[in-house]
Amino acid sequence: MAAGSAWRSMLSQVVGGAVRRPALSSFSRGMQTVTLIPGDGIGPEISSAVMKIFETAKAPIRWEERNVTAIKGPGGRWMIPPDAKESMDKSKIGLKGPLKTPIAAGHPSMNLLLRKTFDLYANVRPCISIEGYKTPYTDVNLVTIRENTEGEYSGIEHVIVDGVVQSIKLITEDASRRIAEYAFEYARNNQRNSVTAVHKANIMRMSDGLFLRKCREVAENYKDIKFTEMYLDTVCLNMVQDPTQFDVLVMPNLYGDILSDLCAGLIGGLGVTPSGNIGANGVAIFESVHGTAPDIAGLDLANPTALLLSAVMMLRHMGLHDYGNKIQTACFDTIRDKKVLTKDLGGNSKCSEFTADICRRIQDLD
Amino acid sequence: HYPHTPTSFLPPPAKYGGRHTVTLIPGDGIGPELLNHVREVFRFSCVPVDFEVVHVNSAVETEDDINNAITAIRRNGVALKGNIETKHTMAPSVKSRNNLLRTSLDLYANVMHCQSLPGVQTRHKNIDIMIIRENTEGEYSSLEHESVSGVVESLKIITRNNSLRIADYAFKLAREKGRRRVTAVHKANIMKLGDGLFLQCCREVASGYPDITFDSMIVDNTTMQLVSKPQQFDVMVMPNLYGNVVSNVCAGLVGGPGLVPGANYGHVYAVFETATRNTGKSIANRNIANPTAMLLASCMMLDHLKLYDHASSIRNAILNTMNETRLHTADIGGQGTTSEVVQTIMRFIQSKGQLTSEY
Repeated sequence: MAAGSAWRSMLSQVVGGAVRRPALSSFSRGMQTVTLIPGDGIGPEISSAVMKIFETAKAPIRWEERNVTAIKGPGGRWMIPPDAKESMDKSKIGLKGPLKTPIAAGHPSMNLLLRKTFDLYANVRPCISIEGYKTPYTDVNLVTIRENTEGEYSGIEHVIVDGVVQSIKLITEDASRRIAEYAFEYARNNQRNSVTAVHKANIMRMSDGLFLRKCREVAENYKDIKFTEMYLDTVCLNMVQDPTQFDVLVMPNLYGDILSDLCAGLIGGLGVTPSGNIGANGVAIFESVHGTAPDIAGLDLANPTALLLSAVMMLRHMGLHDYGNKIQTACFDTIRDKKVLTKDLGGNSKCSEFTADICRRIQDLD
Repeated sequence: HYPHTPTSFLPPPAKYGGRHTVTLIPGDGIGPELLNHVREVFRFSCVPVDFEVVHVNSAVETEDDINNAITAIRRNGVALKGNIETKHTMAPSVKSRNNLLRTSLDLYANVMHCQSLPGVQTRHKNIDIMIIRENTEGEYSSLEHESVSGVVESLKIITRNNSLRIADYAFKLAREKGRRRVTAVHKANIMKLGDGLFLQCCREVASGYPDITFDSMIVDNTTMQLVSKPQQFDVMVMPNLYGNVVSNVCAGLVGGPGLVPGANYGHVYAVFETATRNTGKSIANRNIANPTAMLLASCMMLDHLKLYDHASSIRNAILNTMNETRLHTADIGGQGTTSEVVQTIMRFIQSKGQLTSEY
């Protein structure tokens, strides 16, 4: 089945892009520390589920749990707690559950703070149809790579006169080049065939024009990868008719936000979609992108799939492919079997039952 | 019963000798051939419309052509157009001709009705969504500058006036068409001032329509919902860029760019075209383009001119032809040619006993 082989082709996927990493064998021999941020709402319970599964799989990961509630640093600027920053700086790898965004708390969202602290410039979401979880779309196998630091999310807005608001979209040469380079490196490292730049340079001539130019320049250094350009609207139009024509998509912030969620919708929603954020200096934080689901928090009803698949993405990034494959196979087999699905997947089992089933399969695989 | 639009309170453009004059802009790609088919069908059905053709050359930098087109539309009040290509090889100062036309004529409401067609195979069924998109400002304000070398700023403008105006249009249209719910699509959690203002204006207008339910949804969630459960949406209203995304997603859901017509309304002028505004360069002049969207757009134009009988006759012929799967063009999975589809439509019109000319 095409979807199955797509998953098998993910066996050798590594998220690492432009960063050179040391020999992989040293990681698999010893324990690697990962900063774990359980998050809010259902965060703690799905994090426990992931830890339990990793333990069963005997993955060489040592979890260092940290909290990231915003605190005011010296000078009055909001920042993440210093022990969290210290842990991330040392481990370089993070796994994060959902964080709630308080309204009118006086500080920016935690996700934004994390992004700024570690310069998480690339958001990577592989969207691959899950065998066993049916949606109207089959054989989806694409990756969205979204520039995550600038664009429409610069946060710069002004009221010009009463009733006229101006929001500024910022596109810079450096950020555009950086994300384009990451996209091509990712494509090369993961045996993907093409990279498509998504833009609206017919309307936003200068800004998207600059983004496009940088993508074209970087493409020159990657002649082994096919480079195409497509208008955002054409991508949307074609995506819902035939998503199989897409491979790696690279784009500025807002289009990335919309498209990555659209693609998540194609494969089943945020509850089953993994996500990774790549930062400067080798930092990478993998996360589930769904909400905190406060209504089911603490009731053992949550679906840990998204966080688990993000953790698998993380294992591959660290070169621990065998563990990643084992855990992923167990997870998909459980979903395909349909016997212990959580409510959002169409069943009525508990999170602990779902987790236990995956653990059992891992033990059987050994 | 006649379909009314919020602009129906305006008198139709002046008629000379009982015939209307409509500006026709062929555009690039598949535009010219599709519009020729429209003329063919109109001529055959004895529709009392004369077309004033204005060409706009997308390869030149001057704005003379597009200004001529705008003047012609001011004169005639109504236009039917193909998409004018925006060439990337030209300097950024050369703006999109289509956008210039929309903003100069203040065609503030882009209206698209996405309906599942019975003869077309799609993944989702029973879709019936009206999309009302603000058409003149937002991200399409064409205000960009390079503040520092390598740093470009692009301004998105949201104004209270235009937001109120489009919200008003949406609610009026919803009421006229007997629709129950209007959903505003936005990203006010990130663009707090800009989209926040838009949302606020929608809420204000909504309070004057207690019979219609109003809710809002963030744009990324909206696209996710559209690909999983599009039947939940009724009428949607949004700023320019999100409108671009949502209308293309919806067009794709009901079968593609070849099927859905679009209309751009202002207080004074109206311009009709295909909803997704594609140039279709790769399929031009090969007799494979789907004429449905452009023909349905011409029917919307006939409704606007109050030529309801002609509009219904052509529309019925189109929808009946759509049921003939063997005639489907390539974009909807068939092998029919454009001319086969058009001939069949004309035969159907003739079979209904209406006055037709020889063809």
